[in-house]
Amino acid sequence: MRLARTALLGAVALGLGIAVSGVVPAMAENGPGVTDTEIKIGHIGPYSGPASAYGTIGKTIGAYFDKVNAEGGINGRKINFISYDDGYSPPKTVEQARKLVESDEVLLIFQSLGTATNTAIQKYMNAKKVPQLFVATGATKWGMPEKYHWTMGWQPNYQSEGRIYAAYILQNYPDAKIGVLYQNDDYGKDLLGGLKEGLGDKTGMIVAEAPYETSDPTIDSQIVNLKASGADLVIDIATPKFAAQAIRKIGETGWNPVQIVNNVSQSVGGVLKPAGFENAKGVLSTGYLKDPTDPNWKDDQSFKDWSAFMDEYYPDGDRSSSFTVYGYSVAQTLEQVLRQAGDDLSRENVMAQAANLKDFVMPMALPGIVVNTSPTDYFPIQQMQMMRFNGERWEMFGPVIEGSGGN
Amino acid sequence: MELFIHQVLAGLATGGIYACIALAIVMIYQAIHHLNLAQGEMAMFSTFVAWQLIEWGMPYWAAFVLTLVLSFAAGVAIERIVFRPLHNAPVLSHIVVFIALFSIFNSAAGFIWDFTIKSFPSPFGSQPLFEGAPVSAHDTGMFGVTFVLLILLFLFFRFTRVGLAMRAAAVNPESARLVGIRVGWMVALGWGMAAAIGAVAGMLIAPVVFLEPNMMLSILLYGFAGAVVGGLTSPAGAVVGGFIVGVVENLAGSFIPYIGQELKLTIALALIVAVLMVRPSGLFGSRLVSRV
Amino acid sequence: MPSTLAARFKSLRQIPAKPREVPLSWSRIALIAGLVLAVTLPFVVKNFVIFQLTMVLIYAIAILGLNMLTGFNGQFSLGHSAFYAIGAYTTAILMEIYGFDFYLTIPVAALICFAFGFLFGLPALRLEAIYLALATFALAAATPQILKSTPLSPWTGGVQGIYVLKPDPPFGLPVNSDQWLYFLTLGIGLVLAVIARNLIDSRSGRAIIAIRDNPIAARAMGVDIALYKTLVFGVSALYAGIAGSLSAVVVQFVAPDSFTFVLAIALFVGLVIGGVGSIPGAVIGGLFLVFVPNFAEEISKGLAGAVYGAILILVIYAMPSGAAGLVRMLVAKLAGRSR
Repeated sequence: MRLARTALLGAVALGLGIAVSGVVPAMAENGPGVTDTEIKIGHIGPYSGPASAYGTIGKTIGAYFDKVNAEGGINGRKINFISYDDGYSPPKTVEQARKLVESDEVLLIFQSLGTATNTAIQKYMNAKKVPQLFVATGATKWGMPEKYHWTMGWQPNYQSEGRIYAAYILQNYPDAKIGVLYQNDDYGKDLLGGLKEGLGDKTGMIVAEAPYETSDPTIDSQIVNLKASGADLVIDIATPKFAAQAIRKIGETGWNPVQIVNNVSQSVGGVLKPAGFENAKGVLSTGYLKDPTDPNWKDDQSFKDWSAFMDEYYPDGDRSSSFTVYGYSVAQTLEQVLRQAGDDLSRENVMAQAANLKDFVMPMALPGIVVNTSPTDYFPIQQMQMMRFNGERWEMFGPVIEGSGGN
Repeated sequence: MELFIHQVLAGLATGGIYACIALAIVMIYQAIHHLNLAQGEMAMFSTFVAWQLIEWGMPYWAAFVLTLVLSFAAGVAIERIVFRPLHNAPVLSHIVVFIALFSIFNSAAGFIWDFTIKSFPSPFGSQPLFEGAPVSAHDTGMFGVTFVLLILLFLFFRFTRVGLAMRAAAVNPESARLVGIRVGWMVALGWGMAAAIGAVAGMLIAPVVFLEPNMMLSILLYGFAGAVVGGLTSPAGAVVGGFIVGVVENLAGSFIPYIGQELKLTIALALIVAVLMVRPSGLFGSRLVSRV
Repeated sequence: MPSTLAARFKSLRQIPAKPREVPLSWSRIALIAGLVLAVTLPFVVKNFVIFQLTMVLIYAIAILGLNMLTGFNGQFSLGHSAFYAIGAYTTAILMEIYGFDFYLTIPVAALICFAFGFLFGLPALRLEAIYLALATFALAAATPQILKSTPLSPWTGGVQGIYVLKPDPPFGLPVNSDQWLYFLTLGIGLVLAVIARNLIDSRSGRAIIAIRDNPIAARAMGVDIALYKTLVFGVSALYAGIAGSLSAVVVQFVAPDSFTFVLAIALFVGLVIGGVGSIPGAVIGGLFLVFVPNFAEEISKGLAGAVYGAILILVIYAMPSGAAGLVRMLVAKLAGRSR
């Protein structure tokens, strides 16, 4: 049944692709970068420059495909994973994307990282009809199939995360005075936007907004302002370093607001431990992946598999970094797409399969969280679950929440 | 009013960070008349070394001292190995080598120790100085160490033979050589001292901002700002300059409506340019007299 | 102290304004060979290589501008990314919001950058070399923040940046748009290089160099130092602005993240690698900026930055005065031997 539907969808997508492009379907069987023994996958990430911390994701994905290849590849084809450095600079991303598409002739570009960098290549990729698959950013604009058929996000978008917090606050703390610490860029503004949207006509609950720049050495001044505003609930829309600073500062000054920290910074080893468990106790967040440093999972089979993978294929990898789990899971999602595509590895069919993931379970996702896409739904992961840090580990509570896709 | 006072206090605390690194910047400027763009990354690398030593079980103060020694040696070695062969190269080429060192230290630290933030212990504890204060015991300890360093440097340059020789070598290498000072080694010594002071700064800053390879990226810029406001020729000026930048930045962020929060850094930098317009050598710097 | 300051700049002074040791015929042969290569390359390489080469030329134009300031006039700048950004945003905003034709935006970007450069040159007059380096570096650091700030975001698009459409080749030329932009950039670059050369060789150019070499003597000879210095700052910014304007359409996107201090540092590195005070050296600098990071990455992903740094140091060891300095030295040696 599913196979039939898949084939049908593939055929429809293929037909559309041909109708739009008007090319002879000579390449329909296999897209560029595909031979009987190999599939070329392109990737762009920051291995140098100020964002080089994210380089871990690309390295994890590379290691994961090494594992796939060692275990026989996908339908007999080995993955040739070509990863380039763009230093997080949009002009360089354009150069590397063109190199991948025009010179290396990859089947698709996977997990290119960053919002500005992906925006820079989005029109090019769509004009060339090359899948820009599972981009590594939570901006909302990656799920617009009607406008950008060839671009798809992966992680839950920041806006729906903001809406989840809003719903939680309205339900549990209807009289809260909210103070928001946020990073002054697209990510911070998207999440804050989602929060405000979710609060609806209660936006007045937000009594203070304190933006910070990534160039700020500390956020002490912002915390002083938030405290002075009389807020009793603080949301940290901040990357790990700043979230850890905020949690610690708030704890140390003896101020005791309800604190929500965004998903980006929920790592136990990478944020809460440096911030101090005593300060982090009671902090709320939402999750969709298992945190490798969370003792909840130490006897979990999927964690053991991940751990074995790290030992064998990425021994230098940072086990306390959530990026390794992220890279592992997103690579598994692509693996699933390629397996579903079978022997029809045209770009059209790969895109059609990416838009046809049904209840796909990523082992390192939180229990109950599944990947679903359709030709009109380009948001693979939309579910998250609220959780509370008990001073030692995260405790999930409440239902798995379905965030709505786009706007 | 309470907000104002708290912002000033928090500004002083952050300013302490800038003061610390500004002092290291001025130190190397005194010795070699260069601004070392890689100074922040060297300090970060030293701090990682200290962290590693502590992880291996060494007591804090032993790691502290050993890191100072290692950093000093590394500073001397960098001068001897990397810069010695270039001593006749144009000054702009030196700046490019600073940039290269910056890139090397940053990349190597990420490679060896990863990018996950690490907490670094403070010898002073991190509890607030008094109930609800935005200044912690560590911040106060940092002031103390900075001032002690300042006094030690003053005594060293004013009263010891080596200190005098270093000054002579920096101010007038030709004449210094004539009176028997080994100018090359004096420069190397300056590098060593700057690296050691940078290490102290790094180990004091890391408990506040967390240790990671990019921790000094923007702090160095603020440190430059502090050093420039105070005057590159005056260690005390650099320290005062660091505090000024910290306080002004906080006040601008809190009290200038609309753009203040977004443009904190820009406002702080505009202030520097304004100060330089009025006093081209900084608030406490001595004016260079150009002589033909 | 004054003497050490002089000593530090002596090195700058040793670089002649014009590599006179290079025999004219040789340099002409090299120039013609280079031009022939530059014109034929886009017909034999892939489109993305044409894109890379266009970026090389764009960086070369910006480096050329920086060279006018640093190489010939002795003023530092670690902040030329700011002018590059202003040029890029001028083109992007005029094209996408006000519907301007791309070709019209280039002169506008040039003029706006000249004005900004001239204005920044005024306070720069009062600054000693090292303070100027820091003030310009501060400008570079502040640029992305200013670009994305709320008051400007209606025009700049804030953090999201602006898409820019690539112009098609005009007059039905038988080239694709990558080739067209390449030739356009090449043409503009050549014109700017000729202008730079003529400017340096002119009476004004001698005044500019005199200010670098001996400001007091220059003043004694009646050179209006303040005027010349600010004008050079303006011209230098104009070059960077044209480069930025071209980059906007070649990259087809502008965003604050494209114009961080990393770009300013890169341009400075390109200047020194190419050769301070050398006009053709700018192309070498551009080549270095585009291709060496790719090479470093091929050697090691995890240590890409460290490899890049090591290459940089080795290059400086091999040619302390940049590529132009090396060529000058080799030519001088060859000439000496043949005599």
